[in-house]
Amino acid sequence: MLNQKDILSTIEMIDQQHLDIRTITMGISLLSCCDPDPKRACEKIYEKITRYAEKLVKTGEDIEREFGIPIVNKRISVTPMALVAGASETEDYVPFALALDRAAHTCGVNFIGGYSALVQKGMTNADEKLIRSIPEALARTELVCSSINVGSTKAGINMDAVALMGRIIKDTAKATEAQDGLGCAKLVVFCNAVEDNPFMAGAFHGVGEAEKVINVGVSGPGVVHHALQAVKGQPFDVVAETVKKTAFRVTRMGQLVAQEASRRLDTPFGIVDLSLAPTPAIGDSVARILEEMGLETCGTHGTTAALALLNDAVKKGGVMASSSVGGLSGAFIPVSEDEGMIAAARQGTLCLDKLEAMTCVCSVGLDMIAVPGDTPAETISAIIADEAAIGMVNCKTTAVRLLPAPGKKVGDTIEMGGLLGSAPVMPVHPESSADFIARGGRIPAPMHSLKN
Amino acid sequence: MNAIVTVVGKDKVGIIAAVCALLAENNVNILDISQTILQGSFTMVMAVDVEKAKVPVGDLRDLLEELGRKMEISIRIQREEIFDAMHRI
Repeated sequence: MLNQKDILSTIEMIDQQHLDIRTITMGISLLSCCDPDPKRACEKIYEKITRYAEKLVKTGEDIEREFGIPIVNKRISVTPMALVAGASETEDYVPFALALDRAAHTCGVNFIGGYSALVQKGMTNADEKLIRSIPEALARTELVCSSINVGSTKAGINMDAVALMGRIIKDTAKATEAQDGLGCAKLVVFCNAVEDNPFMAGAFHGVGEAEKVINVGVSGPGVVHHALQAVKGQPFDVVAETVKKTAFRVTRMGQLVAQEASRRLDTPFGIVDLSLAPTPAIGDSVARILEEMGLETCGTHGTTAALALLNDAVKKGGVMASSSVGGLSGAFIPVSEDEGMIAAARQGTLCLDKLEAMTCVCSVGLDMIAVPGDTPAETISAIIADEAAIGMVNCKTTAVRLLPAPGKKVGDTIEMGGLLGSAPVMPVHPESSADFIARGGRIPAPMHSLKN
Repeated sequence: MNAIVTVVGKDKVGIIAAVCALLAENNVNILDISQTILQGSFTMVMAVDVEKAKVPVGDLRDLLEELGRKMEISIRIQREEIFDAMHRI
């Protein structure tokens, strides 16, 4: 018989500490949908996604009801679209995004990721066509997410792509001006992108993946925060142990749900992504965990060290709880999606430079950060270059998801609603990086990429 | 297949009777019951066998929730595996 205390502690985690499965994401390969006729290719894409993911949402809901665990999102990731669309004889890739959007609506998922291109070493014609279509594609679709990989530890950083992405982000903001540039919330620029990430906006189904796969992303900042409240003032060894134990429990739940979903959908289980993914809800914040460790406000001195401990302990606790860990696995620090980060940014303690330092030790990068609408494209590109450099040199995934909301200035707030939250506009350095970005070319891979 | 029923709320007459009656109506066998008053709150944990239940666990959940609303207490049912996963290695 299970211990009554254990049972009640699980229920308290779900009821009061926002414990949930953040996402069940089905990865689907679209390589079989390539067709010289773009119209035919789009039909194949729609047909394949809706066939494979037909029962995804229903299955997620069934598991949620039987196990009493909230499963917040059901999502789909697909093969980077540039690889599929590249086979078609067309200049216009927007119809491919529309096909994804239609399929996502039919399946009832809340996002579909994979309007993507991998250009870390160079751009094919298809990659460039896809990238240039992003502003229109994101403006004309609702559920499509786009990601571009511009660098890797092995290949270096494609600075031509970095320069282009600065302009694309600005254009995407302009194309979705009526919604405060919401399109940019669905566009992420990566270095060292992973192929099995279940989280949006960066999810895509890598070419090394199987035909279809189930990946699950867990969450639980509130649970970790609650556990740390019980060890106030104790040494960091105790803090790390406490986080590990909590992460273990949370991940075991994710593993169970992933296996169950995989069995019911007759789809191979891929990975559990053991991430701490915050939401704008009170008590579901990563920033508040860092503050619980003894920082007055997230962003002050000590924040990077606190985050380093948290990120590492989450991995160590989670890795034994799952048969296969992957994705991004660590602590996310999206500003607009984290109540504590929003408060710290509004107060001015958390600034872009500190966030950049934090991305050296967190699971991804500069995420959901609102910057002034008149930020030059070159400055955005330079921010991407800095972030990609951190990823490239440290052999980790980094990413940039900036929101240059048209017409907004420092001190304004952009509201996106739901899980995307709200973001106070943060200042960027006014000094120009234009000549730096204008150089183009490629930043070579670091010495330690030569491991063979 | 086992599930765990948990009942939490203000103590009153007939909670156990009502929950047991509903489970019996649906052919759910009770394996174990433990009940305490925790910080003034009635707390009951039951292990039940739902193998031969007349309805799936998801529907039992709806029935129990409805009963909970009527009695102004929280009643839930969850498959046992979730607790095993989180608290057993």
